[in-house]
Amino acid sequence: MIQERSLTQIEAIREALDQEMERDDRVLVVGLGVDDPKAILGSTRGLAERFGPDRVMDTPLSEDCMTGACIGMAMAGLRPVHVHIRVDFLMLAMNQIVNVAAKSMHMSGGQQPVPLVVRAIIGRSWGQGAQHSQALHSMFMHVPGLKVVAPSTPLDAKGALAYAIRDDNPVIFFEHRLLHGFKSVVPTGEVLRGPGRCRVLRTGSDLTLVGISYMVPECLRAAEWLAGMGIECDVLDPVWLSPLDVEGINVSVAKTGRLLVADNAWLECGASAEIVAAACEALGSTRRLTVGRVGFAATPCPTSPPLEAAFYANATSIAREAFRMVTGAPPGQDLDLEMPPEIREFRGPF
Amino acid sequence: MRTPVTQLYRRLYLIRRVEETIAAVYPTDKVKSPIHLSLGQEAVAVGVCSALRPKDVVFGSYRGHATYLAKGGNLKAMMAELYGKATGCTKGRGGSMHLADTGAGVMTTSAIVGSTIANAAGYAFGLRYRGSDAVVVSFFGDGATEEGVFSETLNWAALKRLPILFVCENNSYAIHTHVSRRQATPRLVERVRTYGIEASRIEDGDVLRIAAEADKSVHELRKGSGPRFLECATYRLREHVGPGEDWDLGYRSPEEALPWIQNDQLRRLGDMLEPRERADLETAADAEIVAALAYAEESPFPPASDLLDDVFA
Repeated sequence: MIQERSLTQIEAIREALDQEMERDDRVLVVGLGVDDPKAILGSTRGLAERFGPDRVMDTPLSEDCMTGACIGMAMAGLRPVHVHIRVDFLMLAMNQIVNVAAKSMHMSGGQQPVPLVVRAIIGRSWGQGAQHSQALHSMFMHVPGLKVVAPSTPLDAKGALAYAIRDDNPVIFFEHRLLHGFKSVVPTGEVLRGPGRCRVLRTGSDLTLVGISYMVPECLRAAEWLAGMGIECDVLDPVWLSPLDVEGINVSVAKTGRLLVADNAWLECGASAEIVAAACEALGSTRRLTVGRVGFAATPCPTSPPLEAAFYANATSIAREAFRMVTGAPPGQDLDLEMPPEIREFRGPF
Repeated sequence: MRTPVTQLYRRLYLIRRVEETIAAVYPTDKVKSPIHLSLGQEAVAVGVCSALRPKDVVFGSYRGHATYLAKGGNLKAMMAELYGKATGCTKGRGGSMHLADTGAGVMTTSAIVGSTIANAAGYAFGLRYRGSDAVVVSFFGDGATEEGVFSETLNWAALKRLPILFVCENNSYAIHTHVSRRQATPRLVERVRTYGIEASRIEDGDVLRIAAEADKSVHELRKGSGPRFLECATYRLREHVGPGEDWDLGYRSPEEALPWIQNDQLRRLGDMLEPRERADLETAADAEIVAALAYAEESPFPPASDLLDDVFA
């Protein structure tokens, strides 16, 4: 019997790993600290005891080698999940991800698929700074042969991770530190959520609001404020960024004529640019469109709290831009939505 | 086990003639791919692969023709691949630098120096995990030993006692830059030993010694010894990329090549065979090459409509 109960995102991720490892002994979890007392923020808790050190494998601090080794394991028929406590460390693995994992299937003429999942955690708050806060999903969206997913809800996190593990291609799985504590109803049994359909989290006819990763809850807060001002939004969560459900987004944009993308990343050459371009290509010749984007300021992330707060897009900056796009004028100076609890209450050091 | 001279000679001869044939065809522009010929370096791949079983696997570098053929990769499919044909070993996707024939245990070769070293180690882990007694050989050049992934992988492979033989084909040059201008000391095997990996160096390219050393190492690997390392000095007779000689560039001299030419393992082993046996063997190999070339010539190109195939599994 399938029972439903609430899980945090971190619990949902742990459950997906646990269930997939139970189902298929080719599934391995690999990464620095996956079996340590903190267990990757709890997401690998208990797995080492249950499945042993060969399947829950701590590693040297060698991202290049270990990514390449996971690719080799995948070529040998295993299905490794390689965990990085911060996205930023993926920069040390770029050769293996971009030059090998993404291209192996193609370069071998179909002989060498790479069923690899790379879990990468986006840091934020408590002064994480320039090298512990990047998202960088758009870098991976750029490369054919990679799939990219950035779920915002526990349900999608569980379903997308299980799907990614069963996918025969390399999947980069982005999770956001601030979303780890969010709760939602998650079935106890198997959940598989692959690419195909973006989530419609709220409906309205004035503006399409697309949020990526942690920008999803911020978009929902902005939409709530906008509704109070008489502006109704479609709020969409693409979940899978590559392949991207362009059609699903464009159905909404065709209705509203206005598209605002809020990304948990820089805007330049980013996912937000891709989504806006896709809408303009499909709809621009038949319909007048108003488009906008909000995301990181074009600077490395600073650590001082006032600077850090100014660096990120948030519900307030989303609401302000949405209001301007719909009414043609900025909102009053007093628009300053309350800081959400996951930021206000976040305590370090990690 | 001593590998019969006949068997070694057959592989050496086939690879040498294949490379010479490619070089001869190259000016016609029918080979639609950069080529990094193994000419002069055949003995390393041939010697090492003579110690392997069909289910053992190899990972190599962009200079991978010898690796591919020594492990038993399909010659027709390789030639067709160089021609960019649909019947190529990677269906016209990989070309000379990315030869693969997984059925024969040729897993992948890479144009990014050093990157397959880590893939090979991961594969070795996978083999052991699945209960196989097969082993992995990772072939790479001296330049690869300067990449971080080389040191990282030695460490991890030793830590996990993986069934992998690392083979450095040391031809002294990274493109045109001599190893003495790249490495603070030439003491590679000493460096490797600090990871707890048994390592040896063969100085003279003697294919029989390489075969014997590889055989000993592979035997140990199958018993669970943990990784082994073999450095083989060798010499590239042609230019870094392309079919020709490059003595005119001045970065190396013909005199430097002389000992290697005089010590040519193909001639040495050929002289050890009965003339009749040798002639039969060469005739058969020549016919195989003629057939492979004809196959490459006659095979169709992949249609443009296949462009997006094999991006995703």
